[in-house]
Amino acid sequence: MLNFTPITAFTGGMIIGLAVILFFVLNGRLIGISGIASNFLTTKKNRIDNFLFLIGLIIGPIVYKLFTQEEINISISNSVFLLAIAGLLVGVGTRISGGCTSGHGISGIGRFSLRSIIATVTFMIVGILTVLIKNII
Amino acid sequence: MNRIVSLTSGVIFGIGLTVSQMINPAKVLGFLNIFGEWDPSLAFVMFGALIVSSPFFHLFKKRKKPVFAESFSYSNNKELNKKLIIGSSLFGAGWGLAGLCPGPAIASLALSNKSSVIFVITMFIGFYLADIYTNK
Repeated sequence: MLNFTPITAFTGGMIIGLAVILFFVLNGRLIGISGIASNFLTTKKNRIDNFLFLIGLIIGPIVYKLFTQEEINISISNSVFLLAIAGLLVGVGTRISGGCTSGHGISGIGRFSLRSIIATVTFMIVGILTVLIKNII
Repeated sequence: MNRIVSLTSGVIFGIGLTVSQMINPAKVLGFLNIFGEWDPSLAFVMFGALIVSSPFFHLFKKRKKPVFAESFSYSNNKELNKKLIIGSSLFGAGWGLAGLCPGPAIASLALSNKSSVIFVITMFIGFYLADIYTNK
């Protein structure tokens, strides 16, 4: 386990939790990124709030970079075909099931929603199988 | 005030994704690769987020209204149906293919790489296609 980073993962998770609390206690809404992004596209309700949240999401890494003076290194596929298929699947799938890693995985499970627990277990299992199949091929 | 909260929550969420490295698709794929060189780190992201936020959901559930809004507004859908399973499965397949889910994908637009842009555009097309399909 060369890349095991439990402490930064846990700290980052708590920061994410803080954002979830603020949005819930102050604005009365739950954070689910797929919901915020897709509702920004499809409904007028809360459109400005949704837009500002998404802009904030992009500002976050920039703020991190300014404060820590650290480069953010990510490794991502270059295949346009793979990215486009993955993007479509994620867009269609989260819209149909009403949530993603944040909406079901954090806000839903945090409220002990059975629906979200089932969704999270499902996308984790399928995600794991997808990686397994990809590694075999 | 609502708007300041929305922007601030977004910024904090984006910082959390960066600190936890959830923003890095390689890290996500390492987490999903349980039959290979497994990197369980990202389970700790979920733990951290849930430990902090879950108590608040339960404490504030009984309050009539949030601080800056007239009422709580969120889906309390309890329906367990085919749509939930099919949608989650499609999402899991896309997540496993590229290592990106909606939050990290949008946050990584900050790093101005072409791959995130392609993913985010097709994800939005996906939202739109799902609506056409479900409104039939």
